[in-house]
Amino acid sequence: MNALEIDTVWKYFGDYPALRDVGFNVEAGSVVALLGRNGAGKTTLLRILAGLSKPSKGSVKIHGSEVREEPTRRRIGVLGHGISLYDELTATENLVLFANLYGLKDSEKRAHQWLERTGLERVRDGLVREFSRGMRQRLAVARTFIHDPEVLLFDEPFTSLDDRAIAVLQSLIADAQKRGCTIVMSTHQLREAIELATHVVLIRKGQFAYAGERRQEMLDDPTWLYRTYEGDGAA
Amino acid sequence: MRNRILLLLTAAFAVLIAWNLKHILLGLPDEARQDAIFRILYFHAPAAMVGLTGFGVGMVFSGVYLATKNFYWDTLAASTTEVSLMLAAINLVTGSIWGRQQWGVWWAWDARLTSMLVCWLIFAGYMMLRRAIEEPDTRARLSAVVSLFGTVNAWFVYKVIEWFPRLQHPGPVLSFRTGGRIDRQLETPFWWMVLAYILLAVILVMIRMRQESVAREIDSLRRLAHA
Amino acid sequence: MFLRQCLTVAAKDLRAEWRTKEALNASLAFSTVILVLFSFALDPNPEMMQEFSGGLLWLVFLFAGALVLNRSFAREMQNDCLDALLASPVPVSGLFLGKALANYALLMTLELICLAEFGVLFNVRWLGNIGALLIVMALGTWALTVVGTIFSALTVNLRLREVMLPVLVYPMMVPPMMAAMILTTSLLNGDPIGPGNILWVRVLAGFDVIFTLLGVAFIDTVLVG
Repeated sequence: MNALEIDTVWKYFGDYPALRDVGFNVEAGSVVALLGRNGAGKTTLLRILAGLSKPSKGSVKIHGSEVREEPTRRRIGVLGHGISLYDELTATENLVLFANLYGLKDSEKRAHQWLERTGLERVRDGLVREFSRGMRQRLAVARTFIHDPEVLLFDEPFTSLDDRAIAVLQSLIADAQKRGCTIVMSTHQLREAIELATHVVLIRKGQFAYAGERRQEMLDDPTWLYRTYEGDGAA
Repeated sequence: MRNRILLLLTAAFAVLIAWNLKHILLGLPDEARQDAIFRILYFHAPAAMVGLTGFGVGMVFSGVYLATKNFYWDTLAASTTEVSLMLAAINLVTGSIWGRQQWGVWWAWDARLTSMLVCWLIFAGYMMLRRAIEEPDTRARLSAVVSLFGTVNAWFVYKVIEWFPRLQHPGPVLSFRTGGRIDRQLETPFWWMVLAYILLAVILVMIRMRQESVAREIDSLRRLAHA
Repeated sequence: MFLRQCLTVAAKDLRAEWRTKEALNASLAFSTVILVLFSFALDPNPEMMQEFSGGLLWLVFLFAGALVLNRSFAREMQNDCLDALLASPVPVSGLFLGKALANYALLMTLELICLAEFGVLFNVRWLGNIGALLIVMALGTWALTVVGTIFSALTVNLRLREVMLPVLVYPMMVPPMMAAMILTTSLLNGDPIGPGNILWVRVLAGFDVIFTLLGVAFIDTVLVG
């Protein structure tokens, strides 16, 4: 069974097709780099994968089930543009909240574990409102991973992270990969993404200009993909 | 084809309204009631009947949209609700005029007029909501929910206001079933008027539908140009 | 499980509100100002209060309550929290009920404080039929909560959110408010709920049930495209 099945998906905003007849399958353990210009449809696709938006036509299945079903949502971790944390709650309270929402039994213990892993143990009783940007990002990463998701969806995760947060995220992604998790990551960091990826998807004006395994040409020259499939030297 | 139907309906409406108006204004005896102003009832009550039914119909169309996600039904729902809102306004204005004649005040908090006013406010909110959302899917989806809530609520409004003690107006109700007797001569033009209003509503909805579909096409072309 | 998730959401909202007390303070201040303004607008003599007490009280609840309801989903928009909640396994109806419960707690707190203020400023005795009064407040406030919460979700992404919420909610509150006002006035005048009045209690209960069901049924349509 495929970890991810995107089947003839269309997404209309009014009469405007943001996604046009896109389809793609990957097995568990794959890392998919989702590339494309701003406005191409990356965020739209990720939102559909996360169950935040319904496709106009077609279906998306994760591990064989519809995304909006409760058991499926338990297996997905999402890191979007916003940190999705409550400013008025402490770091611990935020993590315990999400652990509880995901039905975990030992939420307090997990919260503490993840605070340590992301280097936030010292500020565990601090309000998120008072955190620095980097600390907020690291807590957001903790929130994403706390329920041990098998499928991870990242929307430009490395944008506006400080060095420490980048290091934490990279190590977590490497761990997740070793554990056989499936990762879909949209990003503008071409080189890093292609190095990590097993599969690459290039979206152009709502369609998949390329959707398949990573090729040697991409590793050698990251801009090869854009040059070949976009027709111009955009990156 | 659409045009031809529209033309036919308009012609039918014109003939019907002309014939009925002539009958109402000239054909009915004045002394059946104390005053001449009661003729305004022929414009007042049918507007309420068709208008309120229109809100219900709009709710049904909204439901069909939610089930099928076909924009045609959303446009139909919006057009129907907008036309019904206009009919409700006609009911309120004519009711106010008649009230002025009967009771000397422009507004007397009579049960039926008050209920209609609240319904008008509910669906004016619906129209405001539609204007506030640019994104067509979101607009269709959210206004469908408002239409549903509003129509169920309208039922409550009518029932509750009917029972509210202070609003049982002591004077004559705006109706012509006085003394329990139904004068056939008075009632026939009433039903013709209802038909005329229904025709009017259908004509206006058709015109509105065309306006909306052109507007949507322009909007999507604009998006395409920007993309 | 479902109940636990609702309570988790409700607890989260209440804890966040308790930290800042933004909505509570604003609505309490607003309600006090309205009560003072009413005392200038009308002459609060005993005959006047006999007629208007219930009506005044619920008007205050309605206006001040809007501030609380507006915040309900608005606070999820900061930091994109709503997305994380929708992506989680909590059913959307659970999210709705959890938020409604939190709003209900806040509104009831607000109203009890207002009731005390009202009693003092307008010299109205409310301890007489306190049991029945609390029941009426409970039913009427739930009506406001359930309609207000669903419309808070509906208007959350709109530019004119603060305007659209009252515009949509207030006309729809006419039936339950009329029922609540009649009952409250009669209770504050010392008359218990009898066969003449019981109709209004049924109206409130019916409204509550129907609109709670509608809210639970349609919250998914409203929040997830």
